[in-house]
Amino acid sequence: MPITTADVLEFLRRSADVLHENKEYLTELDSAIGDADHGINMDRGFQNILKKLPSVEDKDAGTILKTSGMALVSSVGGAGGPLYGTAFMQAGMALAGKYELTAEDVLAALDAALKGVMMRGKSKPGQKTMIDAIDPAVTAMREALDSGADTLEALERATAAAEKGMKDTIPMLAMKGRASYLGERSIGHQDPGATSSYLLIRTMAEMAREKA
Amino acid sequence: MKKLINKPEDVVKEELEGMALAYPDLVKVHFDPNFVYRADAPVKNKVAVISGGGSGHEPMHGGFVGVGMLDAACPGEVFTSPTPDQMLEATKMVNGGAGVLHIVKNYSGDIMNFEMAADMARAEGIRVLSILIDDDVAVKDSLYTQGRRGVGTTVLAEKICGAAAEKGYDLKRVADLCRRVNINGRSMGMALTPCTVPMAGKPTFELAEDEMEIGIGIHGEPGRQRMKIKTADEITEMLALSIIEDPAYTRTVREWDEDKEEWVDVTLEDPPFKAGDRVLAFVNSMGGTPAIELLIIYRKLHEICEKKGLKIVRNLIGPYITSLEMQGCSITLLKMDDEMIELWDAPVKTPGLRWGM
Repeated sequence: MPITTADVLEFLRRSADVLHENKEYLTELDSAIGDADHGINMDRGFQNILKKLPSVEDKDAGTILKTSGMALVSSVGGAGGPLYGTAFMQAGMALAGKYELTAEDVLAALDAALKGVMMRGKSKPGQKTMIDAIDPAVTAMREALDSGADTLEALERATAAAEKGMKDTIPMLAMKGRASYLGERSIGHQDPGATSSYLLIRTMAEMAREKA
Repeated sequence: MKKLINKPEDVVKEELEGMALAYPDLVKVHFDPNFVYRADAPVKNKVAVISGGGSGHEPMHGGFVGVGMLDAACPGEVFTSPTPDQMLEATKMVNGGAGVLHIVKNYSGDIMNFEMAADMARAEGIRVLSILIDDDVAVKDSLYTQGRRGVGTTVLAEKICGAAAEKGYDLKRVADLCRRVNINGRSMGMALTPCTVPMAGKPTFELAEDEMEIGIGIHGEPGRQRMKIKTADEITEMLALSIIEDPAYTRTVREWDEDKEEWVDVTLEDPPFKAGDRVLAFVNSMGGTPAIELLIIYRKLHEICEKKGLKIVRNLIGPYITSLEMQGCSITLLKMDDEMIELWDAPVKTPGLRWGM
């Protein structure tokens, strides 16, 4: 079954729910090594996406994601706003004009999102950021699709890789953003950005499972 | 959490509403996107100076909007950087045709949001230059961290650059001056208590009754050391000696290159202080520390500067770059030259700083 723009809209609505449910959890993770606002900011950003969705309901997946990216940029603030905003805008560029998506399209969007985050944040894997969840997910999904896995299987492997990547941030030394000032004290805490990225990837897999 | 607020989510909006009502002769407030701007903006043919950052540091930045200082300030949520649409709209509103300087503090969020805004403003044909403030000596390393944070020197840069713009400096000259103020300014802060972000409802970190944190940032970022509390003199000495004696600090920052039309890496080094330097001494309250304690700090700082051969030619003492209700202080020393002194003394009329007019 192809992935439609209705699925993309549903993904955004569910993500808003998931981030709302995890608002306090993400904020708590952030208060350990950051400035205690990640959950609050992501919730505000995705609620803002919900407000914009009605105006793009009949548009292509690219427009929907670009509009969502702009909604994040203009409402999240902090580092999360430009990073997630850029991620969604770049993903949107990768899906410009498309109304039906294949698993390869989803991979291309995720890959574009990853590259956008690395460009905007001047960051790379291993620095205790959201990249540490997204990068392994992209790799796992690519390997899965290359080896003939279907959409569900590919997204489940991506989710497992993102979860592992998220947990792998625990022993990492933070080198970007406010967490970097903790130095050694950042070790032992899970990165909130990697956690929200994992939650979004997991939401995709959950939807694929229900559809399968 | 005990605060004089209505609803946590309305804190910034209601503060801005109060500001508009309190200082209508000095500033106007634009909502959605939020920014504070000079009542007489845009000032034709004058370089406009804009800053912004998370709320919770009042009077910085909104309280420094007015004649002789900022043309606009963009407040984010509490301790959260503002969004690009705020800076873009503020830039368009105050641009008097001579270009706009963005003064940005070195936090990853502020940098990214301001960079996006500057790119968008340039796409609309407005000249924008950006200068980063990174003066917090508590951060020693720029290779494995985000680098020194932007703290007390920001206030001084806003005053000096605002005066330069008022005097008719062109954009490049105001930007060069701002960079010079940044590399000649050094700060360090400390906290006796944490503070509580209204939306979070809980303190951002914990300190035992007999503990303090030396080298704290203005959002409660950890500093160099957590230790048992000491006397005012000992604390002043720890802060001042770090500022005065730390070796030169080198870092790479991104600035917009107008000739190449791209962001380029610029390497900057701040020279350490030496005997004979003339300095501005800025003793700042983090919000919860009263004036009586700041003067005790200043008294010791004055003695240390004298001992080190630094001549305090100007001072600023009070709550200017705060961290909500945090108890604590920061010290900033800015090495001044004749030009900076003249611009510091120039008239200023803002809600937070006012002299000479």
